[in-house]
Amino acid sequence: MIAPGTATRVELGAVARARSRVVNQVSWRRRLGQSGYDAVGLAVFVVMLFPLYWMVATAFKPGRDILALTPKWFPAPFTLQNFQDAVARPFFFDDVRNSLVVVGATVLISLALAFLAAMAVARFGFRGRSAFVVLIIGVQMVPLNALIIPLYLTLDRVGQTDSLAGVIAVYLAVVLPFMVWTLRGFIANIPVELEEAAMIDGCRREEAFVRIVLPLIGPGLVATAIFGFIQAWNEYIVAYVLLSTNSKQTLTVWLASFTTNHGPQWGPLMAAATLTGLPVVAFFLLIQRNLAGGLTAGSVKG
Amino acid sequence: MGTAVKADAESAAATPSLEPALARRRPRPSRRGPGRRTLPYTLIAPAAIVIFGVLAYPLGMLAWISFQHYGLKELIAHQGDWVGLQNYTTLLADPLFLRVVLVSVVFTLVNVGLTLLFSTLIALLMSKVSRVIRVLLASGLIFVWATPVIVAVDIWQWMFDYEFGVVNYLLTQMRVFGSLIHHNWFENTVQGFSVITVIVVWGAIPFVAITLYAALSQVPDDVLEAAEVDGANPWQVFWGVTAPMLKPIFLIVTSLSTIWDFQVFNQIYVLLNQRPSSNFFTIAIYSYRESFGVTQYGLGAAIAVVMVLVLIAVTYFYVRQTLQTVDLAT
Repeated sequence: MIAPGTATRVELGAVARARSRVVNQVSWRRRLGQSGYDAVGLAVFVVMLFPLYWMVATAFKPGRDILALTPKWFPAPFTLQNFQDAVARPFFFDDVRNSLVVVGATVLISLALAFLAAMAVARFGFRGRSAFVVLIIGVQMVPLNALIIPLYLTLDRVGQTDSLAGVIAVYLAVVLPFMVWTLRGFIANIPVELEEAAMIDGCRREEAFVRIVLPLIGPGLVATAIFGFIQAWNEYIVAYVLLSTNSKQTLTVWLASFTTNHGPQWGPLMAAATLTGLPVVAFFLLIQRNLAGGLTAGSVKG
Repeated sequence: MGTAVKADAESAAATPSLEPALARRRPRPSRRGPGRRTLPYTLIAPAAIVIFGVLAYPLGMLAWISFQHYGLKELIAHQGDWVGLQNYTTLLADPLFLRVVLVSVVFTLVNVGLTLLFSTLIALLMSKVSRVIRVLLASGLIFVWATPVIVAVDIWQWMFDYEFGVVNYLLTQMRVFGSLIHHNWFENTVQGFSVITVIVVWGAIPFVAITLYAALSQVPDDVLEAAEVDGANPWQVFWGVTAPMLKPIFLIVTSLSTIWDFQVFNQIYVLLNQRPSSNFFTIAIYSYRESFGVTQYGLGAAIAVVMVLVLIAVTYFYVRQTLQTVDLAT
């Protein structure tokens, strides 16, 4: 009667040992798999980011290192000459100013309009609500390239083809649908009870919007502002077609004409590209945390 | 997992497509009170007017012009000549137009396919790598995503430069294709389009990969574990569990990518120094050339109308899917 028991114990011991061996093997294999994945991840990171590195590296290299048959992987010796050359090109500062005017006007006006519309869509059931939602989702898909012709002809008719106002109007329409849609999500996540409480305390509905909802969707406003900034700063074809005078163009048009008018002068071109891309990236990273906070707050299940 | 990474991914996925899933509250019927009927209309009016005036009205005008002869003379007179379907019959008889449509369709299929393939792989990879690598990958993708298209085009133009381009150097070092120093990628149409595809796909991956990764991280772990316990291999888990759960988001990113890639303009036009040869015409470039290059605005409008019609078909699926996602979420 004892023997089977011992046998069982022995078997159990063997099983336990075997199992721990298997577990070790599995965790060892998993660790190896993990570092394999990490290596691939690192490789993907390098491949994706290399073009941006190459832009910055080229921008800081002296001319003879740029035009080298064997590439110099690091910008040593280091120079700022390319940046000086780029900035000294005609119309750089004019076009920076134009870009800032266009972006600023687009972001401010569109934020205000989008907040009002998002409020209506998120807080009211009204006839035509779903039609408006379909409009703002569908209209984001309208190819801007296709609208260039009628936009140009219309603006030409009223003499606004070479003015920033026309460009701002177009950008407003381009960014508004997305902004309304995004803000709608943020507003929908604020408990309507907060406004109701304020209204019981004697606030009017409009006051409740401004005093209760507006402060609470700060992160949403920031997120949509970034979106508007990036869209307006990066847009090329509308600005290229509508703005013909050099001093009235935006930075992307300036950058694109850099190549054609002067042939490939890679150092100054890469410096100019770095300068054009920098505000977008900086703005993006600067507000990243707020953006993330707002969006993760929104994702909490309610 | 690290909140920072998750936050990164979710912030980057602030797309109209993902947003509905985050919103859970159904809008309540408005309270009684003065102006409760007109207030919502007052609120949407400014946005609706801008959107309608700058997008919907020009869209109608585009269709109108496509039935007119509208050249330089008509531009000065602000008045087109009605010619009925003549622009469209001209196009159908134009071998270049048929070629351009074919090129655009093939280009779109290849670019959307490659974008989705690489983005899915990167999204899956991001869910497997350790935390540090994930932060690195996510921030790298965000940098690429934030890069303006014109800047990206200039960078790749430099990297593919025939003489001092780093791509030709690296390919030569690989010793597979022989020496590619002084190789001009744009002499050959297929090779030229390959370069354009690299630029488009590189720029498109971050948005799609981060959106897919955000969706992927919402697939419950216990479902995946249950499939593994039942003996499914990773391949079966992906096709049997993950892919069906991500189907709505796949549909959305596929339609968005199709819409974007079918109207690619900047990458080709600026890359080829604003003088692309007709070999590199896609439908957007051809429409631009006809209208602003040779001032045939009527013909250009007809080409644009064809482009819009194709895109409306794709948009239909996108809008339907987005609305369904909203309905499920609210």
